[in-house]
Amino acid sequence: MNAILDAIRWFFHGEQWHGTDGIPHRLSEHLWYSGLAFAITVAIALPLGLLLGHVRRGRAASFFGFSVIASANGARALPTLGLLILAVLVTSSSLVPTLIPLIVLAIPPVLVNAYTGVQQVEPGLRDAAEGMGMTGTQVLWRVEAPVALPLVLLGLRTAAIQIVSTATIAAYVGLGGLGRFIVDGLKRQEYSSTAGGAILVILLAFLIQFVFALLRRVAVSPGLRRTS
Amino acid sequence: MSAALSPVAAGDNGEPLIRWDWIGHNSDIITQALNDHLVLSIVPVVLGLVISLPIGLLCARYRWLYAPVVGLTSVLYAIPAIALFVVLVAFTGLTRTTVMIPLTLYTLSVLVPAVVDGMDSVPEHVRQAATAMGFGTLRRLVQVELPIAVPVVMAGLRVATVSNISLVSVGALIGVGGLGQLFTDGFNRDFTTPIIVGIALIIALAIAADVVLLVVQRLLTPWARAGSSRRAARRAVRAEPAMPEEAAL
Repeated sequence: MNAILDAIRWFFHGEQWHGTDGIPHRLSEHLWYSGLAFAITVAIALPLGLLLGHVRRGRAASFFGFSVIASANGARALPTLGLLILAVLVTSSSLVPTLIPLIVLAIPPVLVNAYTGVQQVEPGLRDAAEGMGMTGTQVLWRVEAPVALPLVLLGLRTAAIQIVSTATIAAYVGLGGLGRFIVDGLKRQEYSSTAGGAILVILLAFLIQFVFALLRRVAVSPGLRRTS
Repeated sequence: MSAALSPVAAGDNGEPLIRWDWIGHNSDIITQALNDHLVLSIVPVVLGLVISLPIGLLCARYRWLYAPVVGLTSVLYAIPAIALFVVLVAFTGLTRTTVMIPLTLYTLSVLVPAVVDGMDSVPEHVRQAATAMGFGTLRRLVQVELPIAVPVVMAGLRVATVSNISLVSVGALIGVGGLGQLFTDGFNRDFTTPIIVGIALIIALAIAADVVLLVVQRLLTPWARAGSSRRAARRAVRAEPAMPEEAAL
């Protein structure tokens, strides 16, 4: 318990709050890497997932659907630490190769949830939209996407948390960010820095959960919230 | 541990990605790491199952419990593994326990909802039929409800097992990582072979565990084979995304 108190005291040292190794700088690094990886992930996976869910007829579509789900299950088995180290050793440079594992591991949750969300839209709802004269794109944007939103948000949240935690581990291979406190603390046997870093990462993860809970409340249609 | 490894050619110029002779020379270290990995990942799954069964059953019976319990487990689920490991070091030191506690918690957060969903998957008329046949609560639970819940619970168990197997390697950062030790070792010596071996073995272990669980499920639900296996397969594919939560690291 003393160790945890030390970690809390660590926050109140003046040196923790300025300079390259200060909390504000490390936090902004962490947010920058994570934000970049998240943006790229979303740009790749979200349109693909929505589209694959929308085009559900035909053998090719069902094959794609199956491979999307299989890839997500497979991605769970990939050890992040190993991928990060391998990426860095093979390319022997820092930022870009570390971002690639972050993105690769975050794509499946976004893809799968967007795909399933759209695919699970009630056929009756879709028929009604088509019966009203909506075109395919209109059905996707006005009906399927809003109905799928809770699952889409869940996928985005999972990806965001995944990226933030992988970015922490990436400190081991030399990336900046909050993980530095943990990795350097372990190396120098300064437990207060390690635990302080861990507490910051935990707070960040909670913040993300909170933001997505808020988003869900604001963005999801009230009619949907009542049922799910 | 690194002292026991064979010497390595320096630099990555001309160094092949895999040196097969290294694998042969270090097979005992690899086997040891594999054993550690197996223990570190499977024990939490078993513990998690044992703990989440009663919790899940209670939540299925007393619905008001479910929301707070799931809220708590999903918050725990969001905490990155490395952070939990590090915080626990203060209490349990650099031991296996430190790695196994967070993995057990992650297992709980997948399995408690799975048990509740499994109980929900029991059709009401089956429950009534069992009661009408004179089954008491306990006998109905063990002989009727739990067997019907098996596929849903097993789906959760597979997710938890596979993500645990890959998560254990993060423990290498505090020195308890099973095959993850090969990663840190390879990184310290700028040597890719152990890293590739580690990744390959972790994936192989995950696939093997998944296959074992599938076989167990088949043995536990002989009736599923009797019906139209095609429909069951389609249902399984659809049921899969029912747990879209991925493992946080």
